[in-house]
Amino acid sequence: MCEGAIRLGRGEAAFDVVENIHLDIPARQFVCILGPSGCGKSTLLGAVAGHLALSRGSVSLDGQAIAGPHPDRGIVFQQHTLFPWLSVIDNVAFGLKMKDIGRAERRERAGALLAQVGLADFAEHYPAELSGGMQQRVEIARALINRPRVLLMDEPFGALDAQTRLTMQELLLDIWATHRTTILFVTHDIDEALFLADRLLVMTPRPGRILDDIPLDFPRPRDRSLITDPRFTQIKQRCLALLHGAKSGLPLDRLSPIGALNDQRSERRQARA
Amino acid sequence: MTASAIEANPPLLADRGRTLRLRLPGRLSLGRLALRGLALVATLAAWHLAASTKLDLGILSFRNVPAPAEAARAAWALLHSPVLASHLAASLARVLSGFLTALVLGVGLGLAIGRSALARDLLLPPLEVLRPIPAVAWIPLAILMFPSSELSMAFITFTGALFPIVLNTVHGVESVHPRLVAAARSLGASRAAILREVILPGSAPSIVTGAAIGMGTAWFCLVTAEMISGQYGIGYFTWESYTLQNYDDIVVGMLLIGVLGMGSSLVVRWLGAWATPWIRVGGQR
Repeated sequence: MCEGAIRLGRGEAAFDVVENIHLDIPARQFVCILGPSGCGKSTLLGAVAGHLALSRGSVSLDGQAIAGPHPDRGIVFQQHTLFPWLSVIDNVAFGLKMKDIGRAERRERAGALLAQVGLADFAEHYPAELSGGMQQRVEIARALINRPRVLLMDEPFGALDAQTRLTMQELLLDIWATHRTTILFVTHDIDEALFLADRLLVMTPRPGRILDDIPLDFPRPRDRSLITDPRFTQIKQRCLALLHGAKSGLPLDRLSPIGALNDQRSERRQARA
Repeated sequence: MTASAIEANPPLLADRGRTLRLRLPGRLSLGRLALRGLALVATLAAWHLAASTKLDLGILSFRNVPAPAEAARAAWALLHSPVLASHLAASLARVLSGFLTALVLGVGLGLAIGRSALARDLLLPPLEVLRPIPAVAWIPLAILMFPSSELSMAFITFTGALFPIVLNTVHGVESVHPRLVAAARSLGASRAAILREVILPGSAPSIVTGAAIGMGTAWFCLVTAEMISGQYGIGYFTWESYTLQNYDDIVVGMLLIGVLGMGSSLVVRWLGAWATPWIRVGGQR
């Protein structure tokens, strides 16, 4: 699915964020990318989303090369990407509006999806009236309404408190059970990755490489008791060792999937370009 | 004050807070409210004293300044006079035509400058050169450029309103976070849809601020233009009162201009609040 390298910045300021990645993801697999901050995992996600261009190689979905964003590849960011001026239901229905689907059908389908994420009662609220966890539910519903073939998630629960994060992980697995799509999920939380994924990719920084590719065949449906499973602890130890061993060199600044450093101005420049 | 003072305008939320506090005196304690009332009364009393004693400080003289009571009497008379309506209608028509043209053109220019590097390079330099020129300085040229004085006055109000609207729109476009644009693109939005569905609503709060400031400057510019080239209009009325030595009416004209300017800015803010309902629920943008 993905093969190549990603280079960010221009001219002399350019640097390799992700190097020599070869990755094949079969359909409907839940893949977690685990790594310390700055290892290029979000950048990799941005390349699959189509917000970033590869310097070498190619990313393809079902044999087709990716050239720019597409609703087939839905993306969920960490926070604050709901449209503040749209009600919750209109946020979810946004993708349908872009397909010129009529208002009645839009609202019906968005309403159904909202009910699935447990927010039927909040359809007419504005995002600012919702808690962080509720906002992330809306984000997931908004990406899913396009029935994407891949759902890209960039630390979607990273900004939530621990309790809400656990609830959201279970909710995500529930949703995934009905909307069986491929998920590429970026996180730096080992427990989260092990609890959710079919397959775990461990990345190292500077430049980002995939260090290990671990299959996770814990039976589904999963519940919290999994965390005490000896095999779970064993894999967790392995991940910790991998991440610890890779801790050489300074990590890069956090990069977002739209390819920008934390500096707002450079983010803007990138988006305009 | 002209467009050059506009850049220092407070952000929308701070601004909202300020008008809110003034509009809802109930939030203040009774003592502070009384103090504020007292300050107004004291100002009126000082005016009355200075005018009635024909105070003369050498460089500043109140000999020809009407007292508050005389101004109030003149205001009462004007309220019952048939010419008031035609003065008001003339001024409102000029302000509205200039302001609305500035709104359409200003938002269009602002969106273009904010979104396209080419438009920014082509449009911003000439606008930056024109911006520091006060609208009043345009008057002679405006008279030469336009076939009627009506059009030249509308043009003056237009130049006053244009720059705050353009600058605030550009600022609004730039404040739309790239993440929102990226999210929209991943949801299948085309370039045109992003402009319509993301950039425009995202910059709406800034546009409202620009429009409210622009409305204020439009009145400011109109009154100056009317003093020079008007027939009817509040500014004309004020200047005519001076030339006809109806000194009481000067103050009435001044007060009327203040009330109209403040009132129309309030209307713009109300319309803006109605158009951006998500702001009220605590959303920052």
